[in-house]
Amino acid sequence: MAERHIGRSLLRREDRRLLTGRGQFIADLELPRMLHAAFVRSPVAHARIRSVDLSAAAAVPGVALALSGDELVKLLPPLPDTQLSLPNKWTSHVEHEFHNPQQPGLAHDKVRHVGEAVAVIVAESRYAAEDATGLVSLDLDPLPAVVSAEAALAPDAPLVHDHLRTNLFGRFSIAKGDVGPAMAAAPHRLQRRFYHHRYAAMPIECRGVAALYDARTDAITIWSSTQVVHWVRREVAAILGMPEARVRCLALDVGGGFGVKGHVYPEDLVIPFLARRLGRPVRWIEDRHEHLQSAAHSRDQLHEVEVGFDNDGRILALRDNFILDCGAWNPIGGGVPYNTAAHMTGPYRIDNLAVSAHTAATNKVPNTAYRGAGRPEAVFVMERIVDLVAGQLGFEPAEVRRRNMIGAEEMPYRAGILYRDGEPIVYDGGDYPAALRQALEAIGGVEAFRQRQREAREGGRHLGLGIGCYVEGTGVGPFEGATVRIEPSGKVYVSSGACSQGQGMETIFAQVVADAWRVAPEDVVIALADTAAITAGSGTFASRSTVTLSAAIHHASERLREKAFAIAGNLLECAPADLELRDGGVGVVGVPGDTVSLSRLAHAARPGWDHGRPPGVDAGLKETHYWEPPTVTWSYAVHAAIVEVDPEIGRVTIDKYAVAHDCGVVVNPLLVEGQIAGGTTQGIGGALLEELPYDSEGQLLAGSLADYLVPTASDVPDMAMAHQHTPSPLNPLGVKGVGEGGAVAPPAAIANAICDALSPFGVEFNATPVKPEQIVTAVRAARK
Amino acid sequence: MSDAVDIRLTVNGQAREGRCEPRKLLVDFLREELGLTGTHIGCEHGICGACTIFYNGEAARSCLMFAVQADGAELVTVEGLANGEELHPMQQAFHEHHALQCGFCTPGMLIAALDYLKINPDPSEDEIREGISAVLCRCTGYVNIVKAVKAAAVVMRAAAPHTNPLSASGEREEPA
Repeated sequence: MAERHIGRSLLRREDRRLLTGRGQFIADLELPRMLHAAFVRSPVAHARIRSVDLSAAAAVPGVALALSGDELVKLLPPLPDTQLSLPNKWTSHVEHEFHNPQQPGLAHDKVRHVGEAVAVIVAESRYAAEDATGLVSLDLDPLPAVVSAEAALAPDAPLVHDHLRTNLFGRFSIAKGDVGPAMAAAPHRLQRRFYHHRYAAMPIECRGVAALYDARTDAITIWSSTQVVHWVRREVAAILGMPEARVRCLALDVGGGFGVKGHVYPEDLVIPFLARRLGRPVRWIEDRHEHLQSAAHSRDQLHEVEVGFDNDGRILALRDNFILDCGAWNPIGGGVPYNTAAHMTGPYRIDNLAVSAHTAATNKVPNTAYRGAGRPEAVFVMERIVDLVAGQLGFEPAEVRRRNMIGAEEMPYRAGILYRDGEPIVYDGGDYPAALRQALEAIGGVEAFRQRQREAREGGRHLGLGIGCYVEGTGVGPFEGATVRIEPSGKVYVSSGACSQGQGMETIFAQVVADAWRVAPEDVVIALADTAAITAGSGTFASRSTVTLSAAIHHASERLREKAFAIAGNLLECAPADLELRDGGVGVVGVPGDTVSLSRLAHAARPGWDHGRPPGVDAGLKETHYWEPPTVTWSYAVHAAIVEVDPEIGRVTIDKYAVAHDCGVVVNPLLVEGQIAGGTTQGIGGALLEELPYDSEGQLLAGSLADYLVPTASDVPDMAMAHQHTPSPLNPLGVKGVGEGGAVAPPAAIANAICDALSPFGVEFNATPVKPEQIVTAVRAARK
Repeated sequence: MSDAVDIRLTVNGQAREGRCEPRKLLVDFLREELGLTGTHIGCEHGICGACTIFYNGEAARSCLMFAVQADGAELVTVEGLANGEELHPMQQAFHEHHALQCGFCTPGMLIAALDYLKINPDPSEDEIREGISAVLCRCTGYVNIVKAVKAAAVVMRAAAPHTNPLSASGEREEPA
């Protein structure tokens, strides 16, 4: 099997079961004697809990248990303060302050957002459990709600967490160069306020957890629709006081994640607790209404920016103070706002930078990572600024980008600040100006567009061109692991803590393993998302799995190959140095016939009598490697959009959309394009449709998918894609991450395109989403 | 909660029966009583379309119907599309064009696409987008779904130019 599989568009091995209704999602899991849980959630944003009356609920036929937060807090400790810690080399170098509260399994003193769980009902059926939740009587003493990040940080704001004595969850600041003098000396300055609104991942499968307690071994098995099975195991073991060896967490087929399933939720702990307490399996399946008001939201950042630039449009200094509206809890700490700061300058050479970030507690759903995780916010700010600079000087926005872009000859480029892994940011390669050219060519070129735009305007139509550029640190640590094992069947088995939610990992890692072992992809067994299959794992988030797991597979395979060659040398009576991998076996270089199959090697490696190992080689044919990346690899892309805007009714139609990107060596081009198209569509949804608005009392105004508008097929365009393939020097295969990127640039590109289309009116859109009402209002105001 | 009622219906060409409360949703009945978990629940309020099935030959949201309404009806779910191990041309096209990622919306998307091809067997890309817009996909950005439906339409027209992709009884027309 000499042909390589990396780089080929292999069709997915996952597809058949999913196409025929034979996939298994958490809601499809049936366990013997399983009970069903339903949560009672707060109808108000902020209130002291006087009492929770469960008596009527407990009397409903089929109800096995009704439990309030007040009772649970005596039985189950809260979640730790943060699930995603930053390394010492970050905390010792970046000026910061963090105050994180610990979230209980159920609210017991106060409710802090609409949708926060205050009680749980467990019953013989979901229908019975929901009947009972309707009979729970909550006596709540309303408190004033904090519904904006700015209001939260005002001196007299009501406190979301009284014991913290502040609504500040955290702050940090980073700087390079010397912004003060550079700003003062700049020939031009511009100040703006930018808001990137609150929206969310919204996978079509909501969350879900099931747990089974085994009294014989005092062990618990958890199935969770999660991206991080090892985190769930860690937290459950800690909170239930069980050894990790007695806690197993698996994810089945997962119906989309995009970040919202990327941390441990209270439900991940409460359901295993209930299963142990009741001695019966318990399952909870989140419904969409619950998902909207209890699964994490994201974005929601307000930026105050000042930029200094010269007569040529070169950006000399950038100062940004921003606030992230974090909602009531902060499960993953400072990672998202730090991503925003670290990605702020993007592909541009900006020597003087100062970013200060504040994370504020409010009475809203907690804000965590969603595809892009802080980057769409930074890119929206930076890319709007570039267009504003161009507008002020009368330059073509693409030209201002070109003048500020880091050139290919400057690679690797030291950005002068730290990444969140504590390492200095070094862009590891690529040609950003070429990506800009490719994207613009793909939409027909700037000159041709301007001509078209002029003609359209003469006919009373408003076309606009918008660009969004980004760079993205991908494949972040701390680690991912792979166990590689040669089976007696001759199959190569690989397990890892990476978790797929539709990325096609069973296919792409089979490609990686096939090349590492010179076997057919069909002869590779991939076992993911199961803590029983590997001791430690990080999980899937932050565009990391292809980068980190392919490297782990590579290194584990290298070590295992040495052992396999030692045993093969023993069987073939030759030196291991004379051996090579070929056709599912090991053979003598230059001697085509002399091959020993992997199956025979696995048998020879077994412990016991009559094995085939040479002296000093221990039994088994298995290696585990935990890859700890030196730092992140840098993917990048340029998105270009042509839109038509109807200023009378505010309708935006996307005429053309192009993406030029680089994610290094591509394992499976078909799947990479799928990731980009999906991410881009989510970004377009964020720019134009999706929104999680709150009223002044903290009521969430999106209660269903009729309010929260996920893009449909007719809302989004076809996309042109152009590719660059600059291998990363930071991992053995040269791969870079691609999962999130698509969602990063569209809000910037679309907003820029709308502003360009409406430039005769002189209107600016510096807040997302750009909905018809905003367009109509702005155009009307401009006409007055 | 009133007494359970008996329900008899045809699913994927087989006579099936079950017993449930009158308030039980059809999708819950399919999944819990008949074990047909291929039909998924994404919103329970008729927007996402993951639960779309064929109900007497027409696409319908099984989360917006009660099981009792389906008494005597003929249903086709995703489990009924393939012919044994041979994928339906629509399923095959989804596979070949990478028209699914997580696969959660896929059962509803397949049915919606087949339903649309019944009224428009030779659709343009824009028409396909409109035709499948009642099912939400969060993974693919629809690009490859549009390609797959177009490709499946070609195969299905060639196989049975004068017949619907699914007849009223839900039986697939076999290629000539």
